[in-house]
Amino acid sequence: MEVRVANVRKEFDRFPALHDVSLDIKSGELIALLGPSGSGKTTLLRLIAGLEKPTKGAIYFGEEDASHRTIQERNVGFVFQHYALFRHMTVADNVGFGLKVRPGATRPAAAEIRRRASELLDLVQLSGLEKRYPAQLSGGQRQRVALARAMAIEPKVLLLDEPFGALDAQVRRELRRWLREIHDATGHTTVFVTHDQEEALELADRVVVMSQGRIEQVGTADEVYDTPNSPFVYGFIGESSSLPVKVEDGQLWVADRPIGLSVPDAPNGKAELYFRPHDVELLEECNGCIAGTVVASRRVAGTRRVELEIGGERQRVEIELPIEHPAAQKSRVAFRPRRWKVFLAEG
Amino acid sequence: MTTEPAQAGWRFKAPSVIPGFGLTLGFSLAYLTLIILIPLTGLVWRSASLGWTDFWAIATDRRTVKALEISFGTALIAAAVNVVFGTIVAWVLVRYRFPGRRVIDAMVDLPFALPTAVAGIALTTLYASKGWIGSLLAPLGIKVAYTPLGIVIALIFIGLPFVVRTVQPIIEEIDKEVEEAAATLGASRFQTITRILFPGLAPAIVTGFALAFARGVGEYGSVIFIAGNMPYVSEIAPLLIVIKLEEYNYAAATAIATIMLVISFVMLLVINLLQSWSRKRYG
Repeated sequence: MEVRVANVRKEFDRFPALHDVSLDIKSGELIALLGPSGSGKTTLLRLIAGLEKPTKGAIYFGEEDASHRTIQERNVGFVFQHYALFRHMTVADNVGFGLKVRPGATRPAAAEIRRRASELLDLVQLSGLEKRYPAQLSGGQRQRVALARAMAIEPKVLLLDEPFGALDAQVRRELRRWLREIHDATGHTTVFVTHDQEEALELADRVVVMSQGRIEQVGTADEVYDTPNSPFVYGFIGESSSLPVKVEDGQLWVADRPIGLSVPDAPNGKAELYFRPHDVELLEECNGCIAGTVVASRRVAGTRRVELEIGGERQRVEIELPIEHPAAQKSRVAFRPRRWKVFLAEG
Repeated sequence: MTTEPAQAGWRFKAPSVIPGFGLTLGFSLAYLTLIILIPLTGLVWRSASLGWTDFWAIATDRRTVKALEISFGTALIAAAVNVVFGTIVAWVLVRYRFPGRRVIDAMVDLPFALPTAVAGIALTTLYASKGWIGSLLAPLGIKVAYTPLGIVIALIFIGLPFVVRTVQPIIEEIDKEVEEAAATLGASRFQTITRILFPGLAPAIVTGFALAFARGVGEYGSVIFIAGNMPYVSEIAPLLIVIKLEEYNYAAATAIATIMLVISFVMLLVINLLQSWSRKRYG
C-alpha cells in the first residue's frame, strides 16, 4: 500500500512538532525515519497510524484520504518500543488478538486463529512458546511477539517505533538482519523510527532524515551519506568535520590563504566547509591546502584520529591519519579534503 | 513489572545476601503474635469455655444466624456496589483533568477520617422518612433508614475509599501504549476495556473488594444509628455481641465473635489465594 503524507502540520498545545511535512512512501518499501530526539519522527509515525490527528494536511493510503479514519479502521500494524504486550494473555493469544476482536462476519474461526498465530510465531522463530506469558520471555523475544501480533491483522502498513531501542547491541544487530529478511519475505510497506544511523543506513531502502520537525533529506543510504544536502545531514550522518571559510572569486579561503578548492558559482561571503575526516589527502608541500598543528591524537581501531588547530583563529578540525604516519604532538600536518561540500552562511 | 518466571510449587525463598532477614522476620512474627494472635487466641479460648453443646446452641440460635446473615449479606452487597462505583471514581480521578479534581480526590478519604458514629447520624438524618433524601424516596415506597437497605448504604459509605485507593494506583500504572496497541489491532473501546484493561485491574479490584467487605463485616458505629436494630430484620452481629456483653454473657459474646472470625478468615483466605493465583499467572 502506498502512503502519502501531504503537507502535514502537527501542534501540541500550540507548540509545533511537525512543520508542513510531505513524504511519499512506495508500496513494499522499507523506510527509516531518522533523527535526534525531538525531531518529530515518532510524531510522524503516530500520525500515519492514526494515534494522533494532524493539525493541518492529510495522509493518504493509496488514493484514499485516511486522515478521518479511526485507528481501528486504518488497519496498520504498530510495534512499540516497549513492546506493549498484553501481559495477562499467552503469546498465542497476544498474536491472535487482532483477529479475535474482529466483528462476527469477518472473524475467522477459533481454530483458524490458532493456526494463523502459530504460523506467525513460526515466521518470527518463536514456535513452541505459544503457551508462555510475556513476563516469561526475554526482551528480544517479546519484540518478536509484538511484530507477529502486528502482522496478524494483515496490515496495509507496518509501523515500528524504535523497535530495537530497548534491546542490547547484540540482539539488536540480530533482529535488524532478521527484520530485513521478514520484510523481503512478506513485502509489507514498512516504516520504522530510529535514532541510530547505523540501523537506518543498513536496514532501510530509503532514509528520511528529520530535524526540528522538518524533513531534511530523503534518499538511499548512499545518497544521504555521499551527498548530504544540508549542514545538519552532513553533521548527523557519519563522521564529519567542519571549518569556517570565506568564498572569494570562486576560491575558498581559510583565514588569509586559499586552500586550493574552488566553487565557481558561489557568491562571495562567509561559508562553512564540510568534509569527512577519513576522506582527506595528505600533502607534503603546502601549495594551497589546509595546514594545522596537531593538538590531540588518539587511536581509533585501524587508524589514528588527530585534532588540528588551524591558523591564527585556532579553529579545530579532526582528520584521520594512517597508523604509520609520523605526526606527533605539535607537528604540522597539511591536507586537502578529497570530497567536501560548502554551505553558505545564512543571511 | 517483574520478569521472574512463576515459581513452581512451594519453596522457602532463600534470603538475599543483604542482611536483615532474620531480624525482620523475627520482629514480624513477634509483632503479629502480640497484636493479633494472642488476642484472637484469647477469644477462641474464652468461647471454648462454653463447651460444645452450648456453643452450638448459640451458633444455631435463630437470632444469631439472622444477625450473621445480615452482617455478611449487607457487607457483600455493599462491597459489590463499591467495586463498581469505586472503580469508576478511581478511573475518573486518574484519567481526567477537571476543576475540583483534587478536592474530590481528598473527599474520597473522608470516610476514613470521620468518626463512624457521625457518619451514621448524618446518613440517618438524610434517609429518614422526613429527611432530604428519605422524603423523596418515601412516595416511591422505598424505606431506607431502619431497614437492611440502610445498613447497605452505611457500609457503602464506609467502604468506598478502600476500593478507590487500591484500584487508583493500578490505573495510574496502566501503560497507555497497551491501549494504543489494542486500538491499532482493531479493538473497539469496549473490547479494550473488557479484554485488556479489566483483566489487568482485576487483582486490585478483588483486593479492594476484600478490604471493603472486611471493613463492612466489622462496622458498628455508623450502622447502629441507621439500622433500627430490629432483631431478625436489621440487627447486625457486632451489635448482638455488644448486647450479649451488656447482659454480662461474655461466653455467648465471644462465641458469636469466634464464628464471625472463622467465616471472615475463610473468606479472606479464599480471596488471597485467588489473588496469588492471578499474580503468578500474569506476573
